Amino acid sequence: MIEVKGVEKSFDRQKVLNGIDLTIADKEVTAIIGKSGSGKSVFLKHLIGLLKPEKGNILIDGEDITKLSGRELDKVREKLGVLFQGGALFDSLTVFENVAFPLKEKTKLSRKEIQEKVLQALEDVGLRGMEKKYPAEISGGMKKRVALARALITEPTIVLFDEPTTGLDPIILHSIHKLIMMTHKKYGFTGIIISHEIPEIFEIADRVAMLHNGVIVEVGTPEEIKNSSNPLVRQFITGSLEGPIDLF
Amino acid sequence: MKKLIRKLGSWGLSAIRRMGHMFVFLINTFYYIFIPPFKFNLLLRQIRFFGNKSLIVILLTGSFAGMVLALQLFYTLRKFGSEALLGPAIALSLIRELGPVLSALMVTGRAGSALTAEIGIMRITEQIDALTSMALNPMRYLIVPNMVASIIVFPLLAAIFDIIGIYGGYVVAVDLLGMSSGTYFSQMENFVDWEDIRMGLYKSLSFGVLVSWICCYKGFYTGYGAEGVSKSTTEAVVTSSVLILIWDYFVGSVLI
Repeated sequence: MIEVKGVEKSFDRQKVLNGIDLTIADKEVTAIIGKSGSGKSVFLKHLIGLLKPEKGNILIDGEDITKLSGRELDKVREKLGVLFQGGALFDSLTVFENVAFPLKEKTKLSRKEIQEKVLQALEDVGLRGMEKKYPAEISGGMKKRVALARALITEPTIVLFDEPTTGLDPIILHSIHKLIMMTHKKYGFTGIIISHEIPEIFEIADRVAMLHNGVIVEVGTPEEIKNSSNPLVRQFITGSLEGPIDLF
Repeated sequence: MKKLIRKLGSWGLSAIRRMGHMFVFLINTFYYIFIPPFKFNLLLRQIRFFGNKSLIVILLTGSFAGMVLALQLFYTLRKFGSEALLGPAIALSLIRELGPVLSALMVTGRAGSALTAEIGIMRITEQIDALTSMALNPMRYLIVPNMVASIIVFPLLAAIFDIIGIYGGYVVAVDLLGMSSGTYFSQMENFVDWEDIRMGLYKSLSFGVLVSWICCYKGFYTGYGAEGVSKSTTEAVVTSSVLILIWDYFVGSVLI
């Protein structure tokens, strides 16, 4: 379980997270929605321990990662798989090497075992035959799928997705969402998806939380969010120009 | 007046903070050099990166540096009737000074800038964050191999620069200015000793640490977007080049 309690963070005196409280249940997929610049990616970086909050606590399976560093923090990170916004694939490595990288560096699996696992992971994301390509030679959608395979290769218990479908066409978007659902069913991880793909995100999330001006303004099931009477939520999910959310 | 003092104070404090941050980065780098697991494959790749990127430019600048030295020193020494000392003068200038300094400047421009840009791009495309999120230490994967590679490669490139420079000087002195080849080399043997070679070696070793430290740091903590990477790359090259010359003076004045 992930518990976030009163997390605050500022950059150059500008408050980005203003006291976030959120509980994420095990094996559920929670989507965090909110307009661009609302602090979603900053929040995600706190969950990975890449940023430290000025106030508040983040408990992953009971361990407060805001108080951990070095090897202790790395132990918690070993439970995580992260799909970064741009994929964050290593340019100098091929698709195969990218997916194999965490296994090679973090496990004692033999070469053959690594090869079997990587080929299976690439099969799962529909990229068999692309092993020898470099990230620069494949499309944006393919990069996200390779990144998904890499994020899941160590079978993490928690997977964080930072805008996994931004900039993709509707068909690829649906295929990525389908992949996330399929892999969630197969591995049973706790998923956190940062997204502003409305209404598509409602299909894959068990719960949806809306972040606005650095605080969680509403949490609920997709149905509850769709029927919310909160004007902030209503304006965001309908994409209306009229309402309490500032456009710029 | 008060405003000016406040501004100067704030500038001074931020400069001290930045320098402190850079020193912590250097200490961390040296700490991880000695902590296993060691990444030998990455080290070999970076040795190739430094050597391969810089060798041609070192050969070219080395030979022309030697040729120019021969030309200028010949006319100066002739005024004192000491043309016979041309060989040792070229060799000493190259081994003690020009070899380490010019080769370090060339490697900075060629490989140092590429290194900052590469690490900077890894930072802005979240590749460094990806390493951290996999519970892998980016210092070990990105910084340590570059530091060790530059400590190995800088003295080697300086030695190549010296040899090519001495032969460049030989071509001008013997083939163009009509000096005897025996005089050129025999006097060199008498005047160049191990102390001079050791001084050149110390200099190029320290330049290796300096260039790799500055270029890695600037890339690792680059600003946002393409503009941030471009700014970091320029800063890395300018800072490294200036510090090479300043450090050269201090090392020279201590070791002389």
